[in-house]
Amino acid sequence: MSPDRLIYMANQIGTFFRSQGHDKAVPGIADHIKKFWDPRMKRAIFAHLDAGGVGLEPNVREALTSLKPTTSLPAAP
Amino acid sequence: MSLIEEIDFGTPRAKSNTMVTLTIDGKQISVPEGTSVMRAAMESGHQIPKLCATDMVDAFGSCRLCVVEIEGRAGTPASCTTPVLPGLVVHTQTDRLKKLRKGVMELYISDHPLDCLTCGANGDCELQDMAGAVGLRDVRYGYEGENHVFAKSNGEVNAAWMPKDESNPYFTYDPSKCIVCSRCVRACEEVQGTFALTISGRGFDSRVSPGMSESFLGSECVSCGACVQACPTATLTEKSVIEIGQPEHSVVTTCAYCGVGCAFKAEMRGEEVVRMVPYKDGKANRGHSCVKGRFAWGYTNHRERILNPMIRERIEDPWREVSWDEAFSFAADRMRGIQKKYGRDAIGGITSSRCTNEETYLVQKLIRAGFGNNNVDTCARVCHSPTGYGLSTTFGTSAGTQDFDSVEDTDVVVVIGANPASAHPVFASRLKKRLRQGAKLIVIDPRRTEMVELPHVKALHLPLMPGTNVAVMTALAHVIVTEGLANEAFVRERCDWNEFEEWAAFVAQANNSPEATAILTGVDPKDLREAARLYATGGNGAIYYGLGVTEHSQGSTTVIAIANLAMATGNIGRPGVGVNPLRGQNNVQGSCDMGSFPHELPGYRHISGDAVRDQFEALWNVKLNPEPGLRIPNMFDAAVEGTFMGIYVQGEDILQSDPNTKHVVAALSAMECVIVHDLFLNETANYAHVFLPGSSFLEKDGTFTNAERRIQRVRKVMTPKNGLADWEVTIGLAKAMGFEMSYSHPSEIMDEIAALTPTFAGVSYAKLDELGSVQWPCNEKAPEGTPVMHIDGFVRGKGKFVLTEYVATDERTGPRYPLLLTTGRILSQYNVGAQTRRTENVVWHAEDRLEIHPHDAEQRGVRDGDWVRLKSRAGETTLRAEITDRVAPGVVYTTFHHPDTQANVITTDYSDWATNCPEYKVTAVQISPSNGPSDWQKAYDAQARHSRRIAPAEAAE
Repeated sequence: MSPDRLIYMANQIGTFFRSQGHDKAVPGIADHIKKFWDPRMKRAIFAHLDAGGVGLEPNVREALTSLKPTTSLPAAP
Repeated sequence: MSLIEEIDFGTPRAKSNTMVTLTIDGKQISVPEGTSVMRAAMESGHQIPKLCATDMVDAFGSCRLCVVEIEGRAGTPASCTTPVLPGLVVHTQTDRLKKLRKGVMELYISDHPLDCLTCGANGDCELQDMAGAVGLRDVRYGYEGENHVFAKSNGEVNAAWMPKDESNPYFTYDPSKCIVCSRCVRACEEVQGTFALTISGRGFDSRVSPGMSESFLGSECVSCGACVQACPTATLTEKSVIEIGQPEHSVVTTCAYCGVGCAFKAEMRGEEVVRMVPYKDGKANRGHSCVKGRFAWGYTNHRERILNPMIRERIEDPWREVSWDEAFSFAADRMRGIQKKYGRDAIGGITSSRCTNEETYLVQKLIRAGFGNNNVDTCARVCHSPTGYGLSTTFGTSAGTQDFDSVEDTDVVVVIGANPASAHPVFASRLKKRLRQGAKLIVIDPRRTEMVELPHVKALHLPLMPGTNVAVMTALAHVIVTEGLANEAFVRERCDWNEFEEWAAFVAQANNSPEATAILTGVDPKDLREAARLYATGGNGAIYYGLGVTEHSQGSTTVIAIANLAMATGNIGRPGVGVNPLRGQNNVQGSCDMGSFPHELPGYRHISGDAVRDQFEALWNVKLNPEPGLRIPNMFDAAVEGTFMGIYVQGEDILQSDPNTKHVVAALSAMECVIVHDLFLNETANYAHVFLPGSSFLEKDGTFTNAERRIQRVRKVMTPKNGLADWEVTIGLAKAMGFEMSYSHPSEIMDEIAALTPTFAGVSYAKLDELGSVQWPCNEKAPEGTPVMHIDGFVRGKGKFVLTEYVATDERTGPRYPLLLTTGRILSQYNVGAQTRRTENVVWHAEDRLEIHPHDAEQRGVRDGDWVRLKSRAGETTLRAEITDRVAPGVVYTTFHHPDTQANVITTDYSDWATNCPEYKVTAVQISPSNGPSDWQKAYDAQARHSRRIAPAEAAE
């Protein structure tokens, strides 16, 4: 899916957790994306992360980096 | 089957726990203190004749028919206004009473027409009954004298006679039949709280008058029907009764409009509905109704209703009527074909909050088990999904905490982003009643809504700028914390203390004070402080909120902020307090409970949980996908991208109801199979390949769960006009796709739900028939259900405080789009209007109007009633302007009930950070004068007309 939209959504999640400080925010963001994003969205944002992750807020980037290795997604059809 | 007769006890139930024993006609009876002699007599089985008394309103004592004799007392007091006392000895039938009553009746009948045989109330007239009860055999006064009955008297025009008022589309007012008992006037005041009716004149000149002698339609009357129900004669009568005649049997069922979930008696003659009458034992509505549930059911017979399945190759083709089997196999082939071509995850579906729990459960089961993915979502996505996220984070469950009865114990009511008088009218009536008894009201809303302008109630109104809810809620918390008004004992006992301290420190920051945030919110800091103090210290504080809270970029954050406030002040866990989301549709609560969200199975359990999945897999005999599916906005994005190509939409008009219509059109146009299952060719059907006709709530069995978690039966009163109930349609589609589900009755579906869902474990049709309704959780711990949640502790254990930082939405005003548009609903119409637009309710609201402040209108040269162009970054439309100071300068408002306005062409793709609930409530717009429909509207209309063509059936050889 369009990375722009996903980047925007991920950063929006990051913004909510911002006030809780880095140590709570990073796992908070990762958990939220893990719980609510469908596999194609996760695949797309991980692909964007691998491609440099331009536009991702630092906490979000860190959250996605931590989430990726623990996520086993079915291959894209 | 017969007509369900509800006993009229004459006066309302007394609430006291102290019992009083007295003797009535030789029988001893104990009743609560404060009960009237009339009611006590009725409870002991003796009906005292009465006309002006009915148990929906307080005693009035005007008809003098209910007189009794009490030993040791002089005279003949009215039993309705005489409270019981210990040891009273009452006689309800003596020679003296008989004579008095006969005299009273004789006078009444001397000014009443004797056309009983042809009267609309024939067979259902209390005046007729009382004439019979007192043995009236003769009227000695004749009819020649002064009267209200005849248009001409002694050859002259009779000035006292008034013609029928037939202005209201649903009932008539025939003044010649009025006995001036005031029951209608009191019902309008006490039950409905509108005060539209009064008695004008005095003595023989007394008349029931809507407003200042206006017509019913022209007055403030909201057509709730309470007066019609209260009328003991044919003065106020449903037009359907006049036309059809009296009903012969009735069935108790649940209204299919808003989340209040009113219980009604469907009064029938054969399979024809004669009228819908609110049911007094209905615990949500307690015998009251609104114009929608009471009267607006005519859509079920509307000529535009589609009764045959239809298919077409391309959306440019006309529809072709086919058999159910052909429609199912066409749909199944397409959906399976898409999966083969694009992958298993390329299809999905949307469950309907207008359908029953059982139907919703089946659709999500079909998707999870039959489609093999979790691409299921529901309209709650676009209304209360932030409630789900916010309340489960803080309390441990997404449920509203109270029942509606709770409002009777409330001292301070806070209404945020909701307009119950329009959107939840029957709850609003109960709320208004409590407010007139002295409870205080705080309204937080950009608009001066009906709630702000209630008769006899002064509201503290905080008119905030759209999009600043979080700032206002956090400022309220700031005042409560910094002024030491928090309920520390409650927090220490029930919540995580460390999280509270962290939260308290956060809200106490100077930048969260009412003075610092006023520049953003526009709310007077003095008023805000007063509101905070009132909520924290005014006794039982209850928060009721609606979509003005949830439908924002920070919707979930606001819900969390509300929960924080309730916990900090100890307003949780007993009657009279709580956090109460006012759900939009009849079964939003139920559709969420039934696992309609892509990430969770029925009972709000995440799909990734192995143990939960195991349970479902064992019973459904399939392997479930552990990854969450797409939410509605994600489905649209994926469709445009080309990875989501088929959808089954049950009872939902996503094209009209979802934001940024152009984007939705693009998504639907990209799909290769759109299956619409609905009563009508709705807007979404313009882009559909398969149309499966739906059945109305009158045509099927099932259950709805209302906003207070109350599970109530929907009962079939007629054969489905389309041939199949909706649950049978889903089973047919599933079967064609190779997934068998076999149930012979919806009760079996509920049994499966109960077996798989701990909060529903105790629910069965047998129990619902026995108790009338139950509120979930209903299980071993609470066999009769749970009216109030979190009584001894929160569902999640300790209540969780979460920081709520205000972040402005990215939808900003600027030089090109200087105004903020917010949207809402009106009483007479319901959501996208698919039902109400097909009823006489259009007399109250035939089109959407744009409310604009006189200052903004003046600057743009816009006059009242002018066509204006409403333009946002997403699109533009035209509609007519209504100039009003209900909205603040800088804010404009409209409703979204009509597809030709298409308010959602204007709304944007911005959505709640947590749930993707669209930001309907804030859109930056510009207004300019216009000559008529925009190009978009013209093109849309042309496409819709083209798309709705149905090919004529081929003649049989």
